[in-house]
Amino acid sequence: MDQNVIILDKAAIERTITRIAHEIIERNKGVEDVCLIGIRSRGDIIARRLAQRIDQIEAAEVPVGIIDITLYRDDISSPHGAQPEVQATKINFDLNGKRIVLVDDVLFTGRSTRAAIDQIMDFGRPRNIQLAVLVDRGHRELPIRPDYVGKNVPTRLDEQIVVSLSEMDGEDKVELRKEQDRPRQPH
Amino acid sequence: MRWNRKDLLGIEPLSAEEINHLLNTAFSFREISTRPIKKVPALRGKTIVNLFFEPSTRTRTSFELAGKRLSADILNITVSASSVVKGETLIDTAANLEALKIDMIIMRHSASGAPHFLASHTKASIINAGDGWHEHPTQALLDMLTIKDKLGRIEDVKVAIIGDLLHSRVGRSNIWALTKLGADVRVCAPRTLIPSSLEKLGVKVYWDVGEAIRDADVIYLLRIQLERQKANYFPSIREYARLFGIDREKLRRARKDAIIMHPGPINRDVELASDVADSQNSVILEQVTNGLAVRMAALYLCSGGDIESEDTY
Repeated sequence: MDQNVIILDKAAIERTITRIAHEIIERNKGVEDVCLIGIRSRGDIIARRLAQRIDQIEAAEVPVGIIDITLYRDDISSPHGAQPEVQATKINFDLNGKRIVLVDDVLFTGRSTRAAIDQIMDFGRPRNIQLAVLVDRGHRELPIRPDYVGKNVPTRLDEQIVVSLSEMDGEDKVELRKEQDRPRQPH
Repeated sequence: MRWNRKDLLGIEPLSAEEINHLLNTAFSFREISTRPIKKVPALRGKTIVNLFFEPSTRTRTSFELAGKRLSADILNITVSASSVVKGETLIDTAANLEALKIDMIIMRHSASGAPHFLASHTKASIINAGDGWHEHPTQALLDMLTIKDKLGRIEDVKVAIIGDLLHSRVGRSNIWALTKLGADVRVCAPRTLIPSSLEKLGVKVYWDVGEAIRDADVIYLLRIQLERQKANYFPSIREYARLFGIDREKLRRARKDAIIMHPGPINRDVELASDVADSQNSVILEQVTNGLAVRMAALYLCSGGDIESEDTY
């Protein structure tokens, strides 16, 4: 029996991004001072898509930054093991006083979000930080709650959410997988 | 790729893939120095010792700053003021540092192989910051990063290394790094300063600087240590400067856009004419900037770190 379930297909992902773009505009009463920051390596793609959709709806360009949270992770502890590849963070705008929408593909324990918030605070003092995620799979370990959710998917711990995006993976889909079907990227 | 080494002792044992992984990591670390807060918490809680048995300002400072940018605690041990002058052995020094729960030791020593010896006797990670005439791996890595940055590649780049190749750990590490990454390496120096086995490392030896730098993309000057002249390796500093020093006149033989590199500190108007050292072709200060990023990458990768459970995020 096929244990992989497609939760969102291409059309559903597009609709979800359109809806979140509308919600961001509505909640912030426009997009003045709104900036998007995507967490590598798929949150940045979703952030760019959201910015594009906001531009189509509001005819306003929203700055997009990318952050790599590797150096802010709290689980690098065992000596002489292997660590994730560090990639550059690119935030080419002043984020003091800005409304930052942090964008990630999957929200799970909340530790990535915590690391991202820590890093953003090292870049300046935004007016507020909001959180947008494509999928919220639950199992939070920190008091973190998203402001914009594409889809809530209650999962078991041995299940995986695998997000594929055409810019990186050749196609758009979100899958629910069992542990034995090890995915490409961790969530 | 994954980095699985506890220590960084030299370029010779590294594969081209490992060198490139270090360079890619360093490239990402460069951005940290442009941030408003030039600090990340990656090595928070780790203790690093700068153990320098030879005088050094720039390498030690660069390692110290690299550790601080990664939030590590740094301890500088000046050997002239330590128990080493009271006769303590290297192993005893290491054992004492280990008893203090040190995580990493950055070591410079006048004896070739000293960091390798220490690495096999301690659990702490050892980074070689120069051992005798043997290797200076982070210098070679920062040079590779600078070449890659300026020329976009290292493969097939023509590099002329000029100077004291007999005593130079920088020259040796660079030759290993460049040949592993596919560069075309030529060397040039007075005959007394070229080791006889150098050609076995895959480099071409020239005796005439003009020939060595013809069509070169990179001209790399090694520092002439003035005591070499006293040891009769060459007749006079003035003669060395005239025959092997790079000035405007000699530079005409190289490509117009050739880059000039030097590990510093420069003996102005000896191995390098002052106006050339300050010219557009010179990338010497960029080497210093890249040195910080390379050392951050080396500290980060050798400090280990494993994702306990990738699923926790």
